[in-house]
Amino acid sequence: MSEDAASGQTAVEDDDAARTPDVELIHGVPMVRVGTQATLHPDREEYVGLVESLRADGYWLCVDLCGVDYLTYEAPRGLPEGVEAERFEVVVGLVDPTGRRRLRVRVQVPGDDPTIDSLVAVHPGVDAYERETWDLFGITFEGHPGLSRILLPDTWEGHPLRKDSPTGDIPVQFKAPRGLRS
Amino acid sequence: MTTEHTRSSGDSSVIAQIEALDAARSALVADDAVLRLTETDAEERSGYQPATEDGLGERMIMNMGPQHPSTHGVLRLVLELEGETITRSKPVIGYLHTGMERTGETLTYLQGPTNVTRMDYAAPMFNELAFSMATEQLLGIEVPERAQWIRMLMCELNRLASHMLFMATNGMDLGAVSMMLYGWREREELLRFIETVTGLRMNHNYIRPGGVAADLPDGWRDDLLRTLEPIPERLEEFDVLMTGQPIWQNRLQGVGVITTEECLSLSVTGPILRSTGAAWDLRRDMPYLRYDELDFDVLIGTYGDCFDRYAIRLGEMRESIRMVRQILDKMPDGDYKIQDKKVTPPPRARIGESMEALIHHFKIYTEGFKVPEGETYAAVESPRGELGVYIVSDGSSKPYRMHMRDPSFANIQSYPHMMADSLIADTVAIISSVDPIMGGVDR
Repeated sequence: MSEDAASGQTAVEDDDAARTPDVELIHGVPMVRVGTQATLHPDREEYVGLVESLRADGYWLCVDLCGVDYLTYEAPRGLPEGVEAERFEVVVGLVDPTGRRRLRVRVQVPGDDPTIDSLVAVHPGVDAYERETWDLFGITFEGHPGLSRILLPDTWEGHPLRKDSPTGDIPVQFKAPRGLRS
Repeated sequence: MTTEHTRSSGDSSVIAQIEALDAARSALVADDAVLRLTETDAEERSGYQPATEDGLGERMIMNMGPQHPSTHGVLRLVLELEGETITRSKPVIGYLHTGMERTGETLTYLQGPTNVTRMDYAAPMFNELAFSMATEQLLGIEVPERAQWIRMLMCELNRLASHMLFMATNGMDLGAVSMMLYGWREREELLRFIETVTGLRMNHNYIRPGGVAADLPDGWRDDLLRTLEPIPERLEEFDVLMTGQPIWQNRLQGVGVITTEECLSLSVTGPILRSTGAAWDLRRDMPYLRYDELDFDVLIGTYGDCFDRYAIRLGEMRESIRMVRQILDKMPDGDYKIQDKKVTPPPRARIGESMEALIHHFKIYTEGFKVPEGETYAAVESPRGELGVYIVSDGSSKPYRMHMRDPSFANIQSYPHMMADSLIADTVAIISSVDPIMGGVDR
């Protein structure tokens, strides 16, 4: 009888585990595992310290850093409990070449204060990525040695990968002004 | 001949030490090899710079590119010179930027490969592959066995073609002009085969979510064998023409040196990282497709200079041929795309017979297929390093956000560090040895 009850309980637990992703703590930061991919969700204060600790754990290679603007996103965001969804996200991809592992770090950045600490002191290779993210999303990386436009011209106004940035109605720049034609 | 310069790696459990990494990082952070000028400032201050109070002597700021023939398209370098010596420098990019990541948000997953294939245009298959793999991860589907092997075949041929392009441009940049013709000739032969399979020389849109666009054509095996047959011999000719030549060696050996620790700190991957002696190749270390069933060596260098980077690419072409021959033996029969009517369009012939097929065809081409919400990252080893795609899906038929991690974008960050204290004459060798494709850098 008790055996039956126990097995019934485990079945329920298994069901739950299949539905809600696995959450565990790495360096005090919640980690979500979906399939084979693991994602850490630090807040802005923990972020740089966390990546530094992960570097000491073997995640030497920071392969990627990009921004996401969730302004018009309506589906569930897949965030663990306690992490509040904000408009922007900075997503960092880390690789541990010795352990052949990958890890992703997603940091929430509020839309009314789009600033976050720069990772350049931890991984100098994110220099260009942070400039790109600033250029296209307008997220400021504090402590970056030279945050300037990288893909767009210096004179460009706005940040075109933001969801509220208009598409298609920007006048083409490389065209002679109308007056010169006639 | 190349074996003298490149080694194949055994199991390299440790490719760096954290102490050495820390030292390299603090050196990189403290190092003022990067000229921190915005592109407008660099243009305005171009020319003579008088000596400054804080001990800097007379210098000159020179803008090299974006229309310089050896800058591989539209790369611009801002160089700060002291006589003939480069003190600081900075790559300026963006001349090919057309907002392809934003365009990707307006195209369905079926149209996606047509967009991404134009990014790194010398390795279009890899762009398509990474995009398709990410989409398939979100869909939770596994493509059929034959499709996996066809993808692998086309990617290795594309790698060969891409490295041929490197051989041609690298040779031309350094004055071995005949090399340009040879490299180009071999590349055209390979592209001709790719054209018979995909219909186009470049921008194929061949690898798509769910499989590939079409099966290999009749007679492909003989055609491919004919195409491959002369290549090993021609690679020997490259050795005679370049590898053993004292002029070639003097121009490249000891030029543009970078260490493993610097590469890891600067997010540099691919042949540049391998040239420093670190065996890091996603095909072996994080296998995708069916690379774990192939027998191949990961080639590594010793000195991390321009010559090692050249020799590694030459060696990788031999490895690719070895892989293609194994793929020819192992190519399985079966479907070339997944038979899921919600993801891949039905065969042309079915449309005339079945109402359902017609509906599926119409739905897929008008609104595309829906992809479950979530986010994913898929990475492949392109000829230039790790090529990754990060996709965020909101459950609709278009990606909510599509980010391309292009290897060249990260790799060109190594320029200021490779060029510090080198001569102007070496810049061309260094630019060339990184093999940047500006379409991928600027996206």
